[in-house]
Amino acid sequence: MIPGAFEYVRPGTVEEAVAALVEHGDDAKLIAGGHSLLPLMKLRLAMPAVLVDISRIPDLSYVRVEGDEVAIGAGTRHFELEKDDVARAEVPILPYAASQVGDPQVRHRGTLGGTVAHSDPASDLPTALLALGGSVVVQGPGGRRSIPMTEFWLGFYETALAEDEVVVEVRVPRTGSAGWAYEKFTRRANDWPIVAVAAVEGRVALANMAGAVVRATATEEALARGASIAEAAGLADEGTSPSSDMHADPEYRRHLARLLTRRALEKASGAGAAAA
Amino acid sequence: MKVSMTVNGQQHTDDVEPRLLLAHYLRDVLGLKATNIGCDTTSCGACTVIVDGLSVKSCTVLAAQADGSQVTTLEGLAGPDGELHPMQKAFREEHGLQCGFCTPGMVMAAIGVLADNPDPSDREVREGLEGNLCRCTGYHNIVRAVRSAAQAGPAAGQVPQDQEVAR
Ligand SMILES: Cc1cc2nc3c(=O)[nH]c(=O)nc-3n(C[C@H](O)[C@H](O)[C@H](O)COP(=O)(O)OP(=O)(O)OC[C@H]3O[C@@H](n4cnc5c(N)ncnc54)[C@H](O)[C@@H]3O)c2cc1C
Ligand code: FES
Ligand code: FES
Repeated sequence: MIPGAFEYVRPGTVEEAVAALVEHGDDAKLIAGGHSLLPLMKLRLAMPAVLVDISRIPDLSYVRVEGDEVAIGAGTRHFELEKDDVARAEVPILPYAASQVGDPQVRHRGTLGGTVAHSDPASDLPTALLALGGSVVVQGPGGRRSIPMTEFWLGFYETALAEDEVVVEVRVPRTGSAGWAYEKFTRRANDWPIVAVAAVEGRVALANMAGAVVRATATEEALARGASIAEAAGLADEGTSPSSDMHADPEYRRHLARLLTRRALEKASGAGAAAA
Repeated sequence: MKVSMTVNGQQHTDDVEPRLLLAHYLRDVLGLKATNIGCDTTSCGACTVIVDGLSVKSCTVLAAQADGSQVTTLEGLAGPDGELHPMQKAFREEHGLQCGFCTPGMVMAAIGVLADNPDPSDREVREGLEGNLCRCTGYHNIVRAVRSAAQAGPAAGQVPQDQEVAR
C-alpha cells in the first residue's frame, strides 16, 4: 500500500511548523512518529497534500519536574517515557501505560504528542492522562495556550486543538507514591485495549467506552461520598456509549468497564499498588 | 526530494518521492531484498530494520523520515568474510526458522531485545518479540535461539555498524 502523493516539509522550529499549518490550511497535516497517520495514509483514509514533519524539531523530548507538575515534551517517544526515571518516580502510571502501547517497534516511533492529538478512544496514554488531570499545552499563531485535560478529547479523532496549532507539552500533577493502577484488557499480544481503566487518587478514566476517552464520573462521585469500591465500580459504565466490533459488543464492554474498574480501584487502594 | 542515509555502513543518496516508504526504498531502490513486507499494516514485523539504534517497522516509516540516519538490515549483519552474526548463528543452530519469511524481521527485532536486556527470560523474549509474527508458528525455537544468542555475549545485541542499539 502506497500513500497518495504529498509535499514534504521539515520545519526546524515549532514556529515554522505553525507557519506551515497557517500557509497550507486544510491541506496540511503534521507527522510525528507517523504510527497512526501513515497507516491511514496507506489506506488513503487520509490524503494530506502537505506533510509537516515535526519529528526533528529539537527540544520537544523531555520529562521534567516543574513545581507541583511534571512537564513532558510532545516529541517524547513512548519508549523514552516508559524508561524515564523522573516519570517513574513522579507519575508512575504514565510510563506503565506507555509500556502497554503496541510493541517495541511501535513504541520506538510513536510520540506522546501524536497519541494525544490523534484522539483514538482506545489509546492507552490519553486514558492515563485523563485520570491524572492537568493540561495540554498547544502553540498556534497567537502563541501558547493551555487546555485542561478534561476538555481536550471531544470525540473520535476530534480534539479541542485548532487546525493551526501544535501540541508542544503535556503537564500532569505529580502523584509520587499515591496508589494507581492501569488495567488493560486485550485478546492478542501488542493490541489496542478492548477496554482499559486508569485509576489514580480517586479519579478514573476509561478507554474505548465512548467516542473519546472519558472519565467514569459516576464512579468518582460514589467514591467521593464514601461508597465501597464494589459499589463505585458497579457504576463505571454509567453515561458511556461503547461501540460494537468483532472483539466485543456494548454489553460486554460495559461488563469489562465495571470489572476492570473494580480491579483498578482495589490495586490503587492497596499497599504496593505501584508494583502493578 | 533527496534523501541520504548510511545503510549497512555504506552512504547512499537518492532522489525519491516523499511518499516512498523505507521498506520500498531498501528493497526497490537499494535492492536489499532481505527485508520482507508481510502485512503492510504495521502488524507482522517482517519489515523490521534498525534505524539509529532502534528496531522499527520499515513499512511504516517514510524514507524521508530516515534521511540522515544509520540503517542496518539483515544484509548488514554478517562480517565481510561471511561470518554470521551471533543472532544469525543462534537462529541456525536452534532451528529458529521454518519457511524463513519472518526471519529477517525476527533477527533484527531479537537483536533489539538483547540490546535492551542482555539476558532475558523466555517471557521477556516473547514480550520483546510481540510485534513479530511467525505464520509457521515456530515461536519455541525462536525463543530458544534468542536465549542461546544471549549466552554468546554482548555482540548478539549489537549491529556491526557501530550503532548503539537501544532496543
Ligand atoms: C501496530 C500498532 C499498534 C498500536 N497499538 C497501540 C496501543 O496498543 N495503544 C495505543 O494507545 N496506541 C497504539 N498505537 C498507536 C501509537 O500509539 C501511535 O504512535 C500514536 O497513536 C500516534 O503517535 P505518532 O507520534 O505516531 O503520531 P502520528 O501518526 O505522527 O500523528 C497522529 C495524528 O496526530 C497529529 N499530530 C502528531 N503530533 C502532533 C502534535 N505535536 N501536535 C498536533 N498534532 C499532532 C498528526 O497530524 C496526526 O493527525 C499502535 C500503532 C500501531 C501502528
Ligand atoms: S510488513 Fe511491516 S509490519 Fe508487516
Ligand atoms: S518461519 Fe515461516 S513465518 Fe516464521
